[in-house]
Parts: sequence; C-alpha cells; structure tokens
Amino acid sequence: MNKEVIKGSQNYIPVEIEDYPTTGWQKFKQVVRRSLGKELFVGLWVVLREMLKFNIHTVQYPEEVLPLPSRYRAVHKLLRLLESGNERCIGCGLCEKICIADCIRMETKEENGRKVVSEYSINLGRCIFCGYCAEVCPELAIVHGSRYENASEQRAHFVLKDDMLTPIDFLKEQKEFDGFGAVSPNADKLIKKTPLAY
Amino acid sequence: MDLGIFIFQTLIKILLVLLIFSALAGFTTYIERKVLAFMQRRLGPMYVGPFGLLQILADGIKLFTKEDIIPTNAIKPIFKVAPVILPVSAFVAFTGVPILPDIQIGDTTFQFLIVDSDVGVLFVLGVMAVGMFSPLLAGIASSNKWSLLGGARTAIQLLSFEVVTGLSILAPLMLVGSLNLIDINNYQIEHGWLIWQQPIAFVLFLIAGYAETNRTPFDLLEHEAEVVSGYATEYSGMRWGLFFIGEYVNMYIVSFLVVLIFLGGFGEGTLLDGLCYLAKVLFFIFLFLWTRAAWPHVRPDQLMWLTWKVLMPLAVINIVVTGLLVI
Ligand code: SF4
Ligand code: SF4
Repeated sequence: MNKEVIKGSQNYIPVEIEDYPTTGWQKFKQVVRRSLGKELFVGLWVVLREMLKFNIHTVQYPEEVLPLPSRYRAVHKLLRLLESGNERCIGCGLCEKICIADCIRMETKEENGRKVVSEYSINLGRCIFCGYCAEVCPELAIVHGSRYENASEQRAHFVLKDDMLTPIDFLKEQKEFDGFGAVSPNADKLIKKTPLAY
Repeated sequence: MDLGIFIFQTLIKILLVLLIFSALAGFTTYIERKVLAFMQRRLGPMYVGPFGLLQILADGIKLFTKEDIIPTNAIKPIFKVAPVILPVSAFVAFTGVPILPDIQIGDTTFQFLIVDSDVGVLFVLGVMAVGMFSPLLAGIASSNKWSLLGGARTAIQLLSFEVVTGLSILAPLMLVGSLNLIDINNYQIEHGWLIWQQPIAFVLFLIAGYAETNRTPFDLLEHEAEVVSGYATEYSGMRWGLFFIGEYVNMYIVSFLVVLIFLGGFGEGTLLDGLCYLAKVLFFIFLFLWTRAAWPHVRPDQLMWLTWKVLMPLAVINIVVTGLLVI
C-alpha cells in the first residue's frame, strides 16, 4: 500500500496504489479480478450511461460561443467618453512608455490648445497581451477587448487607431469597462486615508 | 440448374455483397464516430449535411483525391499490394456467410449464401486469417520503424489468436458435427442456442474475434500512443482506406459468425427471424464500438500471456469436457 503522507496545508488525497504482483499466480489473480470483477464492466456501464443520459458538452463553436470574463485580455480597444463621445485618450504616452514589447506607437498634435492623438497603433505581432498598457492608462482609454478571432488577411488589421476606436455611431453600445485595468468595484472601501500627521 | 443462370445469379450476389458491405463499412465509420462521441459526451461529426451524415461522402472524396505517397525506400510492389489483401480476403470470406436466410419466391428459392460449402466455418475463418498478411507485409515493406513494429505485432497477434479461434470453435462444432454454417444454424433450431451449451467457447471466440479484426482492446497493430499508426503509418489516400474497409468488413463477418454459431443464427428463416438475425448482428457491431469507448488497450506481452497461458488452456479444457460429454 502506498502509505506516503503528504505534508502541507492542502488537502491532498493520496491515491491508493496496490503493490504490483510479482509471482505468476498473483498476476493471474489480478487479471481475473480486473476482468471478471468490477473494473471492465463498470467501464462499460459508465460509457453506456453517459450515452443514454445524452448530456452533451460540445460547444458548436462558430454558432455557439462561450462567454468571456471581462478581465480576458484579447485585442485592444480604444474607448470614448460615454457622455460626450470624445476620445478618452489624452496622449499622455504612458502606454507607449510601459509597453514591454515596445509595440505601441502614437503621434500627437495640438488642436485648439488640446493635445489630440492623430495616430495610434499597436503591433499585435509583437504584443504579448500582458495588459500593462490597460493598467497604466490613467483614462481607461486603451483597454483589452474580447475579440480573440485574430485570423486576417493582413498584419495591419486590428492594429490601427480606427480599428480599435469605438465608432462614434456605436457609442451607445460601449459599456463602462470593468475588465483589466479598471477600478475595482469596491475601490472606495479599499482606499485608506493618507496619514497627514506623523 | 442451368449453368448460365447459376453464374449470372452468383455474379449478382457477389456484386450485392460488395456494394452493400463497402457502403456499410463507410456507414459504420460514421456510426462509430457518433457512438464514441455520445459515450464521451461529445456530438461527433455535425457540420457536413444533416447531423453530419454527409461526412462519409466528404471522407470518401478526401480519401480518393489524396496524394498516394510511396516512400523512396519502400519495397514498392509489396507496399502497393499489401492494402489490397485485407479487403479482398474479407470480401471473399463473406461469400461463405449467409447474410440473410433463403427467400422463397413462388417455387424458386433464392439463396443469399454464395458459397454453400460443407466446410463453411473453416473456409470463412481461413480466408479471414489470410487478411493478416496485409498488415504484416505492409509493415515489413514500408521501411519505417513504426510500420515494422506494427508488422511485428501482427505476427504476435497471428501466433496468439489463430490458435484460440480454432480451438474455441472446435467444441461447438463437435456438438453439431458439421462445419456447414447452415447445419449449425439448423442444429440450434432443435437444441436451443449454442451459447447456453458452450458459454466458454462463446466468450473465447468473441475475444479472438476482436483480435482477428484488430479492434480495441487488441488493436496493438496500430496503437496510436505507442507506434504512431503501426503498419499504416506510411499509407495515405485510398490505400489507407482499403485497410479500413477491410477492418470494418471483418467486423461484420465476426458479428455474423458469432450470431450464426452461438446465438441461433436466422432460425427457421421467417421474416421475423431474419429481422432478429440482423438485430443481433447489429448488437455485436455496437459491442465493438462500445468496448472501444470503454476499455484500454493491452500490451503485446499481455496479449501473449493472455492467449497462451489463459485462453488456450481454457479452450483445451472446454474441448476435453465437451468431448467427454458427447461420448
Ligand atoms: S498588452 Fe502589453 S505588450 Fe501588448 S500593447 Fe499592452 S503593454 Fe504592450
Ligand atoms: S496611457 Fe491611455 S491616455 Fe495615455 S496615451 Fe496611452 S491610451 Fe492614451
């Protein structure tokens, strides 16, 4: 018998492994026990039961899609402000700076005294989907979307600003992002007062 | 009967067997995938046609149009001929199996059996066993390590199971006193199914049948986890397909034989009996798929151990006991 005691805090259950048979007679008894005893027929019964229950787990992929959690990190999106529809990105360049794969590039210019982003691209061929850009963004402008079907005819697809930015007419469908990099719902409770007096 | 009519009838029957059973072999692959899938909580083929029914057609087109690759170092004539042996032997063996009872139309009897021979069982089993040359030659001629291993395992299988097949069936044949499949069938009308008199022989014959057709748990010739695809590793396209047509036709032969010899066959040959006969055969086909879903494979050494040390002594004891009882 396998009497190994597993230490540690987790509740591991050691599998009981019988001693291997050594003599021919023991081997014979093992075969008889396994073939005429329960093991073979239980196996048959289990598969038949599953067939009769017809409890199918297949997801027929292109027609049925499993829901993704909001923290899933797939192809990026650039969001807009919900009320005004203006672009959220303020061109601070933090994402460009933090990106470890060095794959974000942006061009900014001044317009009416404000900094606006004229070009913004992510080279998805190099992006490792680490999520740092979404986490560092002060405006929750660049976030991870849920588009994981990345097959395309050209490498440049999904990468340019126009592809990532929420189109202005679809503004209503944009929801407040609660995924990776967003403030957690109980953030208010977690905040502690800054100790001012030492 | 007029010789011309006889030849004509025989040709028609041969054509029927060939067409029906190559189509059934294809259809069985579909059934197999579905049954295995359901047993594993999957859906199986779903996309081509309703419920994936046209998948067979798609597979057929694929097999026929795939490039036929012959490895440079292979022994070419043998490599090319090997896949043909299995389906040929299987179909030839089928000529000895009565797939339906005789049908009486007016005052002419139409016999479905093509070769009504007095050594029916021997003929069927013998010709079926020739099919084993197919994987053996394919494995040796492919010049591939996996194929060679598969070929070597064929030899093991042949050595182990031909003995048990022969010995296990000997005891019921002693009771019947004839090798003719029709005689065996008629014997059971009077004396009840042979399975009640010969349960051990039934189990042994079934096990040996699984090995003959090289199905799980004895499919060590093409055991994916160990030898890639065994003897079939280097084959592609229709040559590969021929192996599988042969395998599925063999499955049908074994099912027919088991039902004929042990489960009463087609009885007296009425319509109801005929339907029962086919249902019994289909149950055994289902059993092939069922065990495939449930059971693990055995190792070659376990196979030899099982046959030589357990099954063969059992078969011999069975024969001796039956012999004493008959006397
Ligand atoms: S996910 Fe990571 S690698 Fe990709 S763009 Fe953002 S920071 Fe760069
Ligand atoms: S960190 Fe956010 S706001 Fe700053 S440039 Fe990147 S996307 Fe724009």
